Amino acid sequence: MSQERNLARALTAHRLFWPVAVLVALLVLNVVFTDGFLTVQMRQGHLYGSLIDILRFGAPLILVALGMTLVIATGGIDLSVGSVVAIAGALACLRISDLTDQGSVTGVLAAVGVALAVALVLGAWNGVLVSVIGIQPIIATLILMVAGRGLAQLITDGQIITINSAPYKLIGGGYWLTLPFGILVVTALVALTGFLTRRLALGMFIESVGGNAEASRLSGIRSSGVLIVVYTFCGLCAGIAGLMISSNVSSADGNYAGLWIELDAILAVVIGGTSLLGGRFSIAGTVLGALIIQTLTTTIYSIGVTPETTLLFKALVVTLVCLLQSPSFRRKAFRRRARPAPPPPAPADGPSDASVSDVTAGEGREETVRNR
Amino acid sequence: MTETTATLPETRLTFPRKYVPVAVTAGLFVAMLVAGGIRYEGFASGQVVLNVFVDNAFLLVVAVGMTFVIVAGGIDLSVGAVVALSTMISASLLADPGLPAPLVIALVLAAGSLLGLGMGAVIHYFEIQPFIVTLAGMFLARGLCYVIGTESIPITDGTFTAVADARIELGAGMWISPSVVIAAVVVLVAGYVLHYTRLGRAVYAVGGDRQSALLMGLPVARTTIAVYTISGLCSALGGLLMSFYMLSGYGLNAVGMELDAIAAVVIGGALLTGGSGYLVGTVLGVLVLGLTQTILSFEGTLSPWWTSIFIGLLLFVFIVLQRFIGVRRTRGGAPVATAA
Repeated sequence: MSQERNLARALTAHRLFWPVAVLVALLVLNVVFTDGFLTVQMRQGHLYGSLIDILRFGAPLILVALGMTLVIATGGIDLSVGSVVAIAGALACLRISDLTDQGSVTGVLAAVGVALAVALVLGAWNGVLVSVIGIQPIIATLILMVAGRGLAQLITDGQIITINSAPYKLIGGGYWLTLPFGILVVTALVALTGFLTRRLALGMFIESVGGNAEASRLSGIRSSGVLIVVYTFCGLCAGIAGLMISSNVSSADGNYAGLWIELDAILAVVIGGTSLLGGRFSIAGTVLGALIIQTLTTTIYSIGVTPETTLLFKALVVTLVCLLQSPSFRRKAFRRRARPAPPPPAPADGPSDASVSDVTAGEGREETVRNR
Repeated sequence: MTETTATLPETRLTFPRKYVPVAVTAGLFVAMLVAGGIRYEGFASGQVVLNVFVDNAFLLVVAVGMTFVIVAGGIDLSVGAVVALSTMISASLLADPGLPAPLVIALVLAAGSLLGLGMGAVIHYFEIQPFIVTLAGMFLARGLCYVIGTESIPITDGTFTAVADARIELGAGMWISPSVVIAAVVVLVAGYVLHYTRLGRAVYAVGGDRQSALLMGLPVARTTIAVYTISGLCSALGGLLMSFYMLSGYGLNAVGMELDAIAAVVIGGALLTGGSGYLVGTVLGVLVLGLTQTILSFEGTLSPWWTSIFIGLLLFVFIVLQRFIGVRRTRGGAPVATAA
């Protein structure tokens, strides 16, 4: 009996427990409300189904959140990803619309190359501002967030550029080996990042810079180099996401492409259990977080909540997940209960248990386990 | 932190170092005025300057609230959404049940403050980063806007239209709107609270170093919750001023206003790490942003998106400038943690 309880406790204390629980809850909700939600069909050599759609439409968000995870792990934040998404999409579409033959593979590759190069440069610019000049990340990236929208509109001249290019369409809307191409790109990048950060020392460097940049510099890690690499990578991820988004709709909109994606990405990272204070990160958590956000959007449509209340629903879920992850909330809310129960999600009920702050020995241990 | 700087013996500089960012912003504002006056016909009139106030009264009020939050070391991303929600609540309550205007105004202000209070309480008691909490607050407020309605709701109430149409003549053909007077009162009251009361002192202390403030026995909990409540109240008031200005409520009003407010505060010389900044700086920051738009509209040939590029450029220049002025504070180029 006590062994079972220990197992349950170890399970709930795991970093990925709450994200997985929320995702499963959302999926169950969908299964209840939608017939054949879990079926995946093979049609004309392509895989179709609600689950595939969640992955396909969630791909850009996973990418942006992936870059954001590493940035947040260094104790930073990148607000400019939405602008980079818009700029990359706008540049690629502009180049392709200038081609005489929009179907030419080399032309599309050149356009994609230019867009990604610019995304890299923009990411590196953020990295230099943060590491060399030493500006707070939130401010340094705010500059590009504000100016970037203007740049994207400057590129598109305030218009929506529409293109008709089969090779470009592949990136965000096409299929390859029965799977949507976007999913393959995301899988490859997530695997590559996982390898670079968890099998090589890079991940440890990133976490140590996030823990204490000055101490890591003194212990021989080139903090500024790590920071520039991380922000550049984040720019690249945003650039690829921008290509996917614009390719999926075959057009570039400087104003609305990637609008508020930075907020969704940051949410995905936080839901995934990466602390905004830096020093540790979880790539699996981020992927889960991004999937939760995408599933949430799908759920909202499938259970018949009006699209207008999407944001309200999102706010409630975000509040719920963040509260569940806050050690201080769990301490206060679950103090007298043997088993965790869902807390009230309304943000305004904070002051009611204001005076409760003592920690029992059991919860203290749980927190230690969690922080490991 | 500012106090320490002030008591240091300044042998070469007679001008206190802490006022340099504000002075630079003031200098920029004057330079823009002069440059505009030389370049454009009819720019150097009093009414052009007054119009900057008329067109940006709501931004000014919102930025005042943001100053409190940023000085206390936090950030409030929900302000734009709360502004939109306020226009929506006032428009819908005036239209459908036809409530009297004073009651609607009181309700809107109460709703904004309550939202701010809730966010402040969550931030303080559950130790979640302000960034995430106010982000959720932003989603909540925008979501509530859409629950009220997805279309723009016109305001036809007599009191609101009377305020919207009113002009306060200043002589010589110059005028301001009542909103400017309200904004000015807000600035004066906020300036008094921030610089001359115990609450203001506690705001600087909490922003400078939360732990020290706690050890000094300052009411950290009350202060943290108070700044977000003030920001919520200011956003609601800003929303009311916007409904006077636009005479309608719409859920997509004030998109990106949080960025304008943050930019104004930063251009005004406040540090986002908290503990430093002046209200007069924020006022100048809003004026610089407003004047930028005026100059671009006088230029005529430039596309509207140059505004955001130019504001980004201004932000860059000011932040780098601050970095070199404040280089003594944070040596070594280590990035500062974003969330306080």
